Amino acid sequence: MRTLRWEAVLLALCVAVLAYGAATTDGFTEQGNLAFLLLDYSEVALLALALLPIVLTGEIDLSVASTLGFCSALTGTLWEAGLPFETIVPLVLLAGAALGAVNAVLVVYFGLPSLAVTIGTLGLYRGLAYVLLGDRAVTGFPANYRPLATDSIGFLPYATVLVLVVGIGVALLVHVTPVGRSLYAIGLNTQTARFSGIRVDRVKLALFVLSGALAALASLLYTLRYNSARADNANGMELVAVAAVLLGGVSIFGGRGTVLGVATALLAMAGLRNVLFLDDVSNEIQNVITGLLLIVSVLVPVLFKPRRTKDAPLDKSTSDTGGDPGGGRARGLRGDHEGVGRGGG
Amino acid sequence: MVALAACGGTTRGSDAAEGDGGGGNERSANPDAEIQEGLKIAFLPKEIDNPYMTIMDEGGTTAVAETGGEGKAVGPSDASASSQVSYINTLIQQQQDAIVIAANDPNAVAPALKDAMSQDIAVVTVDSDAAKDARHVFVNQASAEEIALTQVELITKQIGGSGKIAILSATPNATNQNAWIAIMEEELKKPEYADIELVATVYGDDDDQKSFQEAQALLRSHPDLKGIVSPTTVGIAAAARYLSSSPYKGKVALTGLGTPNQMRQFVKNGTVTEFALWDPAELGYLAGYAAAALASGQISGAEGETFEAGKLGERTIGADGEVILGPPTVFDAENIDDYDF
Repeated sequence: MRTLRWEAVLLALCVAVLAYGAATTDGFTEQGNLAFLLLDYSEVALLALALLPIVLTGEIDLSVASTLGFCSALTGTLWEAGLPFETIVPLVLLAGAALGAVNAVLVVYFGLPSLAVTIGTLGLYRGLAYVLLGDRAVTGFPANYRPLATDSIGFLPYATVLVLVVGIGVALLVHVTPVGRSLYAIGLNTQTARFSGIRVDRVKLALFVLSGALAALASLLYTLRYNSARADNANGMELVAVAAVLLGGVSIFGGRGTVLGVATALLAMAGLRNVLFLDDVSNEIQNVITGLLLIVSVLVPVLFKPRRTKDAPLDKSTSDTGGDPGGGRARGLRGDHEGVGRGGG
Repeated sequence: MVALAACGGTTRGSDAAEGDGGGGNERSANPDAEIQEGLKIAFLPKEIDNPYMTIMDEGGTTAVAETGGEGKAVGPSDASASSQVSYINTLIQQQQDAIVIAANDPNAVAPALKDAMSQDIAVVTVDSDAAKDARHVFVNQASAEEIALTQVELITKQIGGSGKIAILSATPNATNQNAWIAIMEEELKKPEYADIELVATVYGDDDDQKSFQEAQALLRSHPDLKGIVSPTTVGIAAAARYLSSSPYKGKVALTGLGTPNQMRQFVKNGTVTEFALWDPAELGYLAGYAAAALASGQISGAEGETFEAGKLGERTIGADGEVILGPPTVFDAENIDDYDF
């Protein structure tokens, strides 16, 4: 219920941004601009979609943008070596998945906190990208593929179609499949999830690998879009992706969040950025505005929610019995378990 | 790899259509066209808070104001390859008459600049070029020759025409510096420089501390050194700081490329007599006039076309649409206070 309300707030924010842009800003509603608005956030959207399932389980992957950077540098290196682009695509996707697997092994099998692991690999993967390309740029990517990353049908870029397909895929995974339900269970309480037979390790492993592969996909898009493979590509983009996930109403502690929320947040952020750009608002002020928006987005749900339901309900049945005092007790207990779990980790 | 490449996939070089994406943006030029009033010309620096870029853009907006136009500077806060692209899109939507950009990455900005050109926006690159087919005119600082030879002249004069000299450069693979050093070495082989011996070229990696230490090491290993040339603003400032606190102050000559603000105190205290750099304000100023001439249809970016550039006089477009500002400005105790950058 509450998450649905948050999505309504986000939707209203979206409409407000779009209406403001249309009413006050010349050129905002032009087809070319709307296409650019969507295109400019396509890589961020892919990274956010990669992050969402991971954050639902209570983990995080801060290495996504560095994985993108490494895969972009790898694309450039292989292209320079004369490999056909058709061969490079699967190789780069595999490389991304492999980097995700490295994260997964460290988090799952060594039991290390994903925050620490992926801050480490954030630096490591970016460093490896520089090992491959230094500060050089590789360019001259095939003109027959580049339009896929730059062109649009009307206001809808091909890249956005790709993002929509991935988005629907992630939505099906998260909201329809049993695996998806297990993500929420893991995020709410890993121990309980384990005891109830969910293969927590296997699920997390798969999610990190998926995240790496999606970052690789984003790298191909980025490299073709700018026709430039560089080690510093998408530097710092992980923070924008994390911001979109959090603004989308996903709990950083796991267990709560929807694809629709993240999608709406992405659209609102992309629209806001575009309007601010067109209004010649300086970068510093833009950062201030998006920063404030993010803080408000995590603050508002905390301020306006009843104290006793501080943690999201475990599943539909408990939320339906939300008025029942027994349900409240159960939630309190679960909160305690979580506290112990986190302290121990 | 060769086997894979032979399978008929899309490989580097197999792509016949490469570089054809920017067709249809040829402009026509009428040398008699008047500069239009009220042109909207935007300056897009590498990053907005870089002092060098700020002065360049101020020079540019001054030029635009002189032509009766409306100039502004917008740009990203980081100098990454792609951060300028959003700004280019914005400037297209705002229907600017011209965009003057110092490109962070020649290729990453190319598709967006081509978009701008296809919407009849004049595109000028300044200081750092973009792909040649993604702009009409490139306003360059000075030719590598001029920069290198100015420095050879300065050091020759300062050491009295004979003695040992050394070069303190940026990184070993810095493109600009290496090009200048190659020309300097070539020039020093000429008979008129027979008494000058280049004993070492060292690298301070454009790091203040490392450059300082390299300057110190140079004088330890070559106590009879007469002069140092540092073709990088970081290097010359660090070397000047070392010399000014050492017994070599005023005895070992130091010249190269530096900014007046960094070098002022060393010129005033006698460590350095003369050094050089192009004036970024004039660079931007020239680019502003080039943009106005392009947007007014006076020039199209073809070789041999000429335009008036305010106080800089008439300028001619060279090969590949390049306009050169001219020999670097030499700064000394007399004129250094006229510059603030």
